Amino acid sequence: MIEETPLRRHLLAPWRGLGLYLLFVPGTLLYCLFLTSLTLTGVGIGLLLTPVVLVAIRGLLDTVRGLLRARTGVAIDRPYLPEVAGENAVRRFARLLSDPATWRDTAWLAADPVVGAFTAALPALLIAEGVWGLLLTAFAGDVLVRNGGGDWYLFIPVGADYPDRPLLQFGTAALGVLLIALGFAFGPRLVGAYGRWGAFLLGPTEASRLKLRVRHLTASRSDAVDASAAELRRIERDLHDGAQARLVAMGMSLGAIEHLLDKDPEKARLLLTRARESSAQALHELRDLVRGIHPPVLADRGVADAVRALALDHPLDVEVTAELDGRPPAPVESAAYFAVAEILTNAAKHADAERVWIDLRQTAGLLRVSVTDDGRGGASLDGGTGLRGVERRLGTFDGVLAVSSPPGGPTVVTLELPCAPTT
Amino acid sequence: MRVVLAEDLALLREGLVSLLEAHGFEIVAAVDNGPSLRRALLEHRPDVAVVDVRLPPSFTDEGLQAALAARREVPGLPVLVLSQYVEQLYARELLADGTGGIGYLLKDRVFDAAQFVDAVRRVAAGGTAMDPEVISRLVARGGRDTGVARLTPRELEVLELMAEGRSNAAIAERLVVTERAVTKHTANIFTKLDLPVAPDDNRRVLAVLAYLGR
Repeated sequence: MIEETPLRRHLLAPWRGLGLYLLFVPGTLLYCLFLTSLTLTGVGIGLLLTPVVLVAIRGLLDTVRGLLRARTGVAIDRPYLPEVAGENAVRRFARLLSDPATWRDTAWLAADPVVGAFTAALPALLIAEGVWGLLLTAFAGDVLVRNGGGDWYLFIPVGADYPDRPLLQFGTAALGVLLIALGFAFGPRLVGAYGRWGAFLLGPTEASRLKLRVRHLTASRSDAVDASAAELRRIERDLHDGAQARLVAMGMSLGAIEHLLDKDPEKARLLLTRARESSAQALHELRDLVRGIHPPVLADRGVADAVRALALDHPLDVEVTAELDGRPPAPVESAAYFAVAEILTNAAKHADAERVWIDLRQTAGLLRVSVTDDGRGGASLDGGTGLRGVERRLGTFDGVLAVSSPPGGPTVVTLELPCAPTT
Repeated sequence: MRVVLAEDLALLREGLVSLLEAHGFEIVAAVDNGPSLRRALLEHRPDVAVVDVRLPPSFTDEGLQAALAARREVPGLPVLVLSQYVEQLYARELLADGTGGIGYLLKDRVFDAAQFVDAVRRVAAGGTAMDPEVISRLVARGGRDTGVARLTPRELEVLELMAEGRSNAAIAERLVVTERAVTKHTANIFTKLDLPVAPDDNRRVLAVLAYLGR
């Protein structure tokens, strides 16, 4: 959130609070619908209706969460358990109703008209009452009395003799000013309290947080296991078809040479050349294999220089800037390196880019890498460009990937990996 | 010619010692780790150092760092770096001070004793010996640096061989042309790359640097 001046915050808080509070109107309507649809469960319609209403409630409360975040600075995560694909109506109904977040949502809706009135809406109400006090003093009191009416302004009677009692009028005005001042003074604090109340009911409980976490870990672990198994198979195949086969050929050549040395030195010499070529070839293949597993420059220098080396070898014009203090843990370095390599490949293959800028930096325990290209844009995670795979692999490290790629470019792919520097 | 050798694998170290001794080099020190290499280089001031990139105790680019550190103290100290893999990044770092006397070769090149010994001699004499692998990866990437992009294919070929550290005579032999033709090509290369007038050896190093895209 952009830092705003305290004055601005105090001036705006009452109206922000009021705006938040007004959402209780659709909220209460949905709450009534929810109760109605629950009572209809007995006749069957409720089974179909309740989930629809709940989805609407969640939609509304997502808006509330967003507004609370924007207006009070309280970040509230979505607490809902994930949807299950292809379940039947009864299951869906049961799952939604057994999600603790559902009941906390409805508790919020039920309490909101009252709680909101005493927190979010209170500053605006105070100011309105204050303004009414000033109006009474100015002319409204006279008008009321002249038309035979009367009123109490808090504890001050506005009766038939009101126009003739300046002390009462002065008291009304002073009280009005005080209320307006209170409204502005306590606005941010009251709206903030409403935000915390929101975080309490609308955020995930510790239990659901853990549940979501377990789901995420289960998924990312199975991705990681699959990926490493595939990787091992690839290495095995490469070794088997490559270096191992070369070494066999070399051994055979050497055996033959031993045999031929006396009988046919000329042929032996030919075989020797071939054996040497085999060994060079085996080395070459091993080198490529090692580069694909863990590039030596990554081990030597860390991720910044490894990305620089990658940039030097890349056909596009790649510019690298890095601001890292110390080296992230080796697995994080490796994950970031291979992600960048894949993103670069994408930029060259799909984006029609000419220049690429890579920026690596470490802030607050996060390794953040952004890759920007001047290509034609339009890239997405689902574009079949391998970005989804990168995202999955980063997921194993609790990393995230974001793609911004409007048509016409530029494309910015940003990845963040949690890490603590080791040195 | 006095040589300091650094290689941590005993088998390879002994192989290199006997290979170099057989070709008339004098091995003044053969060490197996970074700190000893640093000491040996400063103590013996050899005519040429043959150094493995990866050395104990850290098993990272210790050998390269020791060589670069020694060259900072003894500018132009000839160093031939051997490695299981080549990185343009390292090639640039080695060449960066522009004084020459630098070699950067894959370990496989040791297989061809004559060529390897030739490379050691060239480096000792202040020339360069870049591995063809470095060169071929540069070519694969395409010359987008303005100077290099202006070269004709033939001049590029000459520059590649020059980067490997070959003399005009050797380049002429390799391309099956006269030495005079090669001299003409090199002169064109120097002009196109905007190199200052300087002794030929120095210009050759600068040309290689331009080639590596500095």
